[in-house]
Amino acid sequence: MPRKKRVDRRKPRAKAAPPTAQLAKINVKVNGVQYSAEVEPRMLLVHFIRDVLGLTGTHVGCDTGNCGACTVIMDGKSVKSCNIFAVQADGAEILTVEGLARDGELHPVQQAFWEHHGLQCGFCTPGMLMQAYWLLTQNPSPTEEDVRRGLSGNLCRCTGYQKIVEAVLAAAEQMRGQQQEVR
Amino acid sequence: MYPKSFQYFAPKSVKDAISLLNKLRGEAKVIAGGQSLVPMMKLRLATPAYLIDLNKIKGLEYIKAGRGVIQIGALTRHSTIEKSELIRERVPIMAEAASHIGDPQVRNLGTIGGALAHCDPAGDWGAVILALRGEIRVAGPRGQRTIKADNFFVDAFTPALKPNELITEIRIPTPPEGSGGAYLKMERRAGDFAIAGVAAQITISPDGTCKYAGIGLTALGPTSLRAKKAEEALVGRELTDEVIDEAAEAAAEDAKPFDDPLRGSAEFRRAMARVLTRRAVKQALSRARGG
Amino acid sequence: MAVSAIFGARVKRREDPRMITGQGRYTDDIKLSGMVYAMFLRSPYAHAKIVSINVEKARKVPGVIAVYTGKDLENKLGPVPCAWAIPNADLKVPKYMPLAVDRVRYVGDPVAVVVAESPYVARDALEQIEVEYERLPAVVNQEEAVKPEAPQLYDDVPNNIAFHWSISGGDVEKAFAEAEVVIKQRIINNRLQPTAIETRGAVAQYNQATGELTVWMTSQNPHIHRLLLAGIVGVPEHKLRVVAPDVGGGFGSKIHCYGGEAVVAFLAKELGRPVKWMEDRRENYLATIHGRDHIQYVELAAKRDGTILGLRVKAYANLGAYLSTASPGIPTILLGTMLSGCYKIPAISCEVYGVLTNTAPVDAYRGAGRPEASFIVERMVDILAHELGMDPAEVRRKNFIPPDAFPYTVATGLQYDSGNYEAALNKALELVGYQQLREEQKRLREQGRLIGIGISSYVEICGLGPSRVVRATGFGLGLWESAVVRVHPTGKVTVYTGGHPHGQGEETTFAQIVAEELGVPFEDVEVVHGDTAMIPFGTGTYGSRTTPVAGGAIAIACRRIKEKAKKIAAYLLEASEEDIEFERGKFYVKDAPERAKTIAEIALSSYLAGEGELPAGMEPGLESTAFYDPENFTFPFGTHVCVVEVDPETGEVHVKRYVAVDDCGRQINPMIVEGQVQGGVVQGMAQALWEEAVYDKDGNLLTATLSDYAVPTSADVPRIETSSTETPSPHNPLGVKGVGETGTIAATQAVVNAVVDALAHLGVRHIDPPLKAETVWRILKEKGIAK
Repeated sequence: MPRKKRVDRRKPRAKAAPPTAQLAKINVKVNGVQYSAEVEPRMLLVHFIRDVLGLTGTHVGCDTGNCGACTVIMDGKSVKSCNIFAVQADGAEILTVEGLARDGELHPVQQAFWEHHGLQCGFCTPGMLMQAYWLLTQNPSPTEEDVRRGLSGNLCRCTGYQKIVEAVLAAAEQMRGQQQEVR
Repeated sequence: MYPKSFQYFAPKSVKDAISLLNKLRGEAKVIAGGQSLVPMMKLRLATPAYLIDLNKIKGLEYIKAGRGVIQIGALTRHSTIEKSELIRERVPIMAEAASHIGDPQVRNLGTIGGALAHCDPAGDWGAVILALRGEIRVAGPRGQRTIKADNFFVDAFTPALKPNELITEIRIPTPPEGSGGAYLKMERRAGDFAIAGVAAQITISPDGTCKYAGIGLTALGPTSLRAKKAEEALVGRELTDEVIDEAAEAAAEDAKPFDDPLRGSAEFRRAMARVLTRRAVKQALSRARGG
Repeated sequence: MAVSAIFGARVKRREDPRMITGQGRYTDDIKLSGMVYAMFLRSPYAHAKIVSINVEKARKVPGVIAVYTGKDLENKLGPVPCAWAIPNADLKVPKYMPLAVDRVRYVGDPVAVVVAESPYVARDALEQIEVEYERLPAVVNQEEAVKPEAPQLYDDVPNNIAFHWSISGGDVEKAFAEAEVVIKQRIINNRLQPTAIETRGAVAQYNQATGELTVWMTSQNPHIHRLLLAGIVGVPEHKLRVVAPDVGGGFGSKIHCYGGEAVVAFLAKELGRPVKWMEDRRENYLATIHGRDHIQYVELAAKRDGTILGLRVKAYANLGAYLSTASPGIPTILLGTMLSGCYKIPAISCEVYGVLTNTAPVDAYRGAGRPEASFIVERMVDILAHELGMDPAEVRRKNFIPPDAFPYTVATGLQYDSGNYEAALNKALELVGYQQLREEQKRLREQGRLIGIGISSYVEICGLGPSRVVRATGFGLGLWESAVVRVHPTGKVTVYTGGHPHGQGEETTFAQIVAEELGVPFEDVEVVHGDTAMIPFGTGTYGSRTTPVAGGAIAIACRRIKEKAKKIAAYLLEASEEDIEFERGKFYVKDAPERAKTIAEIALSSYLAGEGELPAGMEPGLESTAFYDPENFTFPFGTHVCVVEVDPETGEVHVKRYVAVDDCGRQINPMIVEGQVQGGVVQGMAQALWEEAVYDKDGNLLTATLSDYAVPTSADVPRIETSSTETPSPHNPLGVKGVGETGTIAATQAVVNAVVDALAHLGVRHIDPPLKAETVWRILKEKGIAK
């Protein structure tokens, strides 16, 4: 998150055009598919996912890392893909909302969002789903408080969060049930 | 939303990173977790010509117990500290503070070393490291040196680091038996920059008096601050409500808050320094007593 | 109306499968071959003359295709129109060009646009544009702006007053002359940033061969945007297609017509390449409309027994630097007419000064005028109760319009359609355990704890609206709604609606309406919206109007289809029309129910249209178009109760309980109703506690990022306990009233009333939102509670 230094942003800084940066080659596995590409170092991971790979489920809602709409799972951790450069993801394994359903079957988190009306306009939803997914990998039996804190990096303007929280709690229960069945 | 162009380096060792920093002095920025830097680059408030990424350096992400000291690698993520069993057991105030930083995704990438190097007066780690009398290990072209927390926070966004130095490790003296700590943060909403924050760490002697007190302040001055007068008000005394009130009063005097049109006037923040110090010390005391 | 399983059922939304799998298609997801990217250079100054702009360096940045300044486009694009010319208000509409030409009037005013091969390059090029400004003094506050010495934004708008509007009903002078109690209060309704999580943007593509220009854009009302864009860009309306794909929230901010989308449309035509522009968040905060920002001087006349006699309001509305599409009507028509609230107030007068300032344009944001009205009324009722030592619930009961008085005409001239205000109040008080809470409050107060209970009984106007009335207020278009219901030969149904839901779930509820009306399976109904090439002219989604008006149009179209289908059924079954009954998608002969035809069979027959298949002389096909112009507005209502605890040392407010009882008439899908209420309440609560757009005195927006503008997170808000009563609208074809804004209209004062109630024993009677910790702490300090 940015702290504003006392910079006078008013004067257009007419520095010389930036040196053309060398492209960097990266290898990234996204939703199980290996990609390699050449990217400008300054390209944000979210732009790589959306514009280079065409996976537009991951959204952009702010420029300061607050809204969480761009949340993806990178090497097992939820991260905001607008706060990482694509070049930094070289060698990483990424899961986006498009990879959440398996073999045409919705993930319990997706199913629960549908059943509990956990979305309205749907714009924050992919990020919210990914964060909820990660939260449940960390804490399979969260309390309502855990869920509310766990989703505090994802802003939703439509739902007031209530049905999102209900959905995540329901998904947790569903997933615990599934695990018991496996045992 | 679109950062300015830069050249990217991902050195594999601290030595390589330092020699790059040395070479590109002034025009390079170091990126660790990037959770403060990348947003600034997107807003073009930061436009480094070169970016040196530390994330490919192995061996900077660890938490271990040394002799009388907890050692935390500079690249250790806030979330790792938040969840670390060792931290929760030995210096729980650090886990508590970590849980207040940003939001879960930010904590998953953000690093303790990066946050300290950023030296934001509203950053949460500064107050905690000060309260714990931590030390910051730094590597430069001429080897390693150790900076005491007290000497680290020079000014807003200005740590006691030379342009060619890197933080490698944070060292925290292991608090002895009878210790307790609390980090209280007042914020507009979850994950926001603090209106005010107070880290209180105390140790109680078997005779019931306060053997050690560390009070650190967040967003209550141009840098993270140590409330020395508040500490003095506690050490050697039995921590009655009156004594704690005295310390809280002293903390308000130690604070050097500034006006912020969004997060509060200096007057309000100073008053909150008092309230939060009292509450944090009481909580720390209760924890020190095993509560 | 027959009640079936589908109408009123908690049906899962059919919007969801695409959105939970990442297959939603929002404007920014559109990528066309050869597409280039536009980006705007915006003024860093709140008020300045543009002395010169040099774009040469920017043009030379590799990858830059074109750069245009305001001067370049001055004669190529028309001004951005204001579409609500409120009458008898001496309205002055300053010229509002898509790009500022020689003067900038707010931080964010666009002065140039760059088009480049990538957004990164476009951003680089912005830095290479050299603008020389001559700074002028700025004014950001409306009360400052009307002072004679204030900086003047326009030569032809003296004292920056764009209009002076008033409304009056009943004998206000008499009311105040006879009053036993008069309460005066200055109230600030804080300025807000709407913050749809998807920012605004557009993609435009021009087909040189056909002359067709297609604009995909973040719109709540594609036809209105087509109409206005056609005028600005100079493209014939029938050659302009506006598509609003999935839209990531609007809350009013995507109703309006802005320069940006027009410039993008122009660029696509001019450059012959598809052009995309998406705001970043900072740009969204600087240049998309803000909401509210009202300073009100309110006087209430009452008798000592609590009877309200009159209400007088004088208000200053900050309109920002230009008059946005609907902005004159929001703080006037939508506020002034609603000042009676739920109460019999015999005399009301309201005058509003619309003031131009060096800030972003202000226009409709969720609730739009009604939250401001509701806040005035419900605050004043609470202050009155406090003044008289009465229970605030009692004062409300005493003044409520009784249920048997409807339709009821209030002093401001509106006729409320139906209501039972006391029932909703009683239910809310019962749910929250009001009496018990009052006792607990008393007990805890003795321990120094500050508990407050806030009541907000509201009524709002939606279902906009009867076109005759709406037009009489100066609105630039009638507010009917259109629907085409098309039954296909197989009995499947497609509905084309002029509404454009963007989160409200009408793809689902409209299908429920059709399933109910035609008795076809829910799964057999498809709802199409948002594309001007597919739907009939529609007026869009805002003002909680989509379900009552667009839904009403669908119901009427369905009923017309049924009439025709009944004739065909009679013909096919060789019975007289009077003997045909309809139930669950089947037409049958009254005394011989086995003789029946399904809608699907009738539909097929209507398309085959051969001998014995369709009555002679009847037109083939089975579809209907309806343009439904409601005979009145609808008036949803309810009571919300909020319980807070204030930290006596820090001033922090903790919301302990929030109970919402809403009456939106009949509910098509209670699950969606709950979602609308919960989301609305949180937005209203956010206005009360956290959110505020802040400009410094030079006109810099200090809340220009999401890190500074305090939208609440999941960890900050409580669980909202929802319930409802059901008082159908007597004139709406479905008995529905609308629910999209009720939460926002009710919640702000519920929370503020609760906080003031927590401090009432200290002599506090009003606090302006947002009730930040410091604001409350200052009061506590003054009262000797906090240190």
